[in-house]
Amino acid sequence: MIRYLGKRIFFMFLSLFLIVTATFFIMKAVPGGPFTSEKNVPDEIRAALEAKYKLNLPLHEQYLDYLKGIITWDLGPSFTEKSSTVNDMIKRGFPVSAHLGAQALLLAVFGGITLGVIAALKHNKWQDYTAMVIAVLGLSVPGFILASFYQYFFAIKWGWFPIAKWEGFEYTILPSLALSAMPMAFIARLTRSNMLEVLSQDYIKTAKAKGLNTFTITVKHAIRNALLPVITYLGPLVANILTGAFVIERIFGVPGLGREFVLSITNRDYTVIMGTTVFYSIILVAAVLLVDIAYTLVDPRIKLSDTGRE
Amino acid sequence: MQLTKEHFEPISVDLRQAEEIKRPSLSFWADVWRRLKMNKVAMASLIFILLLVACAIFIPIFSSHDYYTTNLAGKNKPPSAEHWFGTDDLGRDVFVRVWYGARISLEVGFAAALIDLIIGMIWGGIAGFYGGKVDEIMMRIADILYAIPYLLVVILLMVVMEQGVVTIIIALTITGWIGMARIVRGQILQLKAQEFVLAARSLGADNNRLIFKHLIPNALGPIIVTLSLTVPTAIFTESFLSFIGLGVSAPVASWGTMSAEGLAAMKYYPWRLMFPALFISVTMLAFNLFGDGLRDAVDPRLRK
Amino acid sequence: MERILEVKDLHVSFHTYAGEVKAVRGVNFHVNKGEAVAIVGESGCGKSVTAQTLMKLIPMPPGEIKKGDIIFNGESIVKKSNKEMEAIRGKEIGMIFQDPMTSLNPTLTVGNQIMEGLIKHQKMTRAAARARAIELLTMVGIPQPEKRVDQYPHEFSGGMRQRAMIAIALACSPKLLIADEPTTALDVTIQAQILDLMKDLQKKTGTSIILITHDLGVVAEMCDRVIVMYAGKVIETGTVDDIFYNPQHPYTKGLLRSVPRLDLKRDEPLTPIFGTPPDLLRPPVGCGFTARCESAMRVCQEYDPELKEISSTQRAACWLQHPLAQNRAGS
Repeated sequence: MIRYLGKRIFFMFLSLFLIVTATFFIMKAVPGGPFTSEKNVPDEIRAALEAKYKLNLPLHEQYLDYLKGIITWDLGPSFTEKSSTVNDMIKRGFPVSAHLGAQALLLAVFGGITLGVIAALKHNKWQDYTAMVIAVLGLSVPGFILASFYQYFFAIKWGWFPIAKWEGFEYTILPSLALSAMPMAFIARLTRSNMLEVLSQDYIKTAKAKGLNTFTITVKHAIRNALLPVITYLGPLVANILTGAFVIERIFGVPGLGREFVLSITNRDYTVIMGTTVFYSIILVAAVLLVDIAYTLVDPRIKLSDTGRE
Repeated sequence: MQLTKEHFEPISVDLRQAEEIKRPSLSFWADVWRRLKMNKVAMASLIFILLLVACAIFIPIFSSHDYYTTNLAGKNKPPSAEHWFGTDDLGRDVFVRVWYGARISLEVGFAAALIDLIIGMIWGGIAGFYGGKVDEIMMRIADILYAIPYLLVVILLMVVMEQGVVTIIIALTITGWIGMARIVRGQILQLKAQEFVLAARSLGADNNRLIFKHLIPNALGPIIVTLSLTVPTAIFTESFLSFIGLGVSAPVASWGTMSAEGLAAMKYYPWRLMFPALFISVTMLAFNLFGDGLRDAVDPRLRK
Repeated sequence: MERILEVKDLHVSFHTYAGEVKAVRGVNFHVNKGEAVAIVGESGCGKSVTAQTLMKLIPMPPGEIKKGDIIFNGESIVKKSNKEMEAIRGKEIGMIFQDPMTSLNPTLTVGNQIMEGLIKHQKMTRAAARARAIELLTMVGIPQPEKRVDQYPHEFSGGMRQRAMIAIALACSPKLLIADEPTTALDVTIQAQILDLMKDLQKKTGTSIILITHDLGVVAEMCDRVIVMYAGKVIETGTVDDIFYNPQHPYTKGLLRSVPRLDLKRDEPLTPIFGTPPDLLRPPVGCGFTARCESAMRVCQEYDPELKEISSTQRAACWLQHPLAQNRAGS
């Protein structure tokens, strides 16, 4: 177990190192990027950039300096906004994104599992077909279109919800719904196929032969086992939700990090792009790792046979 | 019932005949096709996709409008006989622009799928076939790359490279092939353990022949299914990138850029968002449904 | 002798896309108290469906009991509701399945899976159920039961899992134990151990056993009576001696000829039964075995033979038993 963990953490850091390095050299290659001196920015920012990135130093020292900045969690100044650093932006935007993301995540997990379980229990009945139509639509309609659609009907046309901004619970509903659609659809399909698989297993018959009632069999024997593989999807799910938020936050004017990121792309605010990319990468890679570890703890089959598996 | 002596006369039973297989045997792909044909949803999706491809090729050629001519006098017009899907804020015909968008989406989707397939087959094929240290190292590299969040890499590349369809395809495939490589490797490992490989070996087939003539055709089922689901993912990612301003640049129309522009004017000119949005969604739906149908047809055990 | 179970003219069908599969087509048999009865036949002859119908474990729909009755302990099972069945399953009738690798839930401890039935049927506390589970594990011959009770199925070997399955099935001391091919998935040496265990436990507990198998060797070792099924029907029944030394139905004879026996002459070859059982989507009008039968007669194609008494213990369903065919019997 510890060997496995150590290996996983080592490779996690390797991946992160790769991202950080790639980000640095890609940005280095951009004409007009943060690492070049011929650019049209106000003097204050130029001074800040030069102080931060020590543009007069040779390349490898710049690189080491940049690495040091990331380790000490100093992501540098913004390229376009005089007063804020990338750290400020993350501090400002991430709590909002995390709130939205957590809400969407809960919605996706509970909604998806419910749909999937119902579909499997009512296999080939109308409930199953309905759930699967919803799921395939959720997979096919991109989040930004769903968001626009919600905004048009529920906010603009019918005025049930505020159109945009982030000033209270009612403001969070439409963005959360739009953001959770695709992962919810995915979880629903995954849960359903796992449930059907589990329900056809012999041990369900054994449970029935013991005289257990349908409810106990469904909850204790079927759902439990069907949900284990769903846990492994939670890592990619976090990634899906965080990146999906880029457009959702923009459409609903949510002042989160995702919108900040998209704005920085539009404005070619390279330092923000770089810093945010690194930040997101850390979160996502860590999320995947945590979920995998959690899975090994939950599934007894993996707990003791960790030697060969990853 | 009245039984007579005749009833108890022996009849000859050709015992071997009972052993005969009653149904004619079909080749694997003929069987897949037979099952696919029975799936109405998948067939409808296939027909839709074929129609979409045909329209994307021919409508822009034969249309009296083009995607770039602006006409400020006739801007933001609702759908009419002249402009079936209306016009946009520069008076351009939305109908033709949607079909140009279809070209881009399909180009990106098919090209990304094809490149993923080629790289994935080579990488996964080599890793799976040689096994051992080669496999260990190659898959480790793939794992590390796979851990890097896909969309972030794509965005990063799009930021620094020149905007355009080729860039999108490069960005999409730079880590997109890994999934395919894993599938191919898994298939090869599974097949390698089977006996017909040994048979081919003992007949003197060399390694290349073994890989391309025996292993790959047998591993094709899951690969094709993965491939069919790569297309909608690529189409989605392209429209996503275009939507956040990283896709193709003006005046070229992509469904993503058209949606982004349409969104800004949604309140007054909803058709400008509606048509591209509808096209993305229905196209994705068709590819997803076709992919599902294909998966069921390739492996009926998975049918749920 | 007192009958614990009586199956009368049981018909079970499955409704599939292709049509109605008549899996069981009029089966009659009984099991006496303390008796071990074998149901023998090839795959697809309806023996497993029959066994699962006894506990109403077949999925309904698509399955359906079309006709007939099952009397268990004096009460009809066919008419019982699902709730009433839950009180019988595990408590009055226990069941062991073929593959011990898949019939235990991989994410629950073995102890937990034994305790479930005890808690449900005997209203035991968890602690009492746990103590009883350890007792049961000891009884089925699992070493270190105090440790094993908290382990998961994947930590058990195949033979041990089947022992655990037997512990689950016998947890509430059922009156009837149905074992559906309990040794098929096991190694030969383990098979013998499991059979010995079952025999031993039957002696101790006096449970009646229905053993479903296609392995005649297993039958000889364990059972008092044999029911031979073919194409959803019972075609011959009798004591073990009747069936082994005086088989009447050509199918039973065929089955026996296809099993290696010590009393065969050394150079006598084993003969398989050619062909496959009929398609039960379109069951044959006459005897289901006609197409594969060496002694088939015209009547076999047109009329289905009924079970006829051969002796006080043996019955067979074959036209060769008809007086008009007597000159051909035994050929």
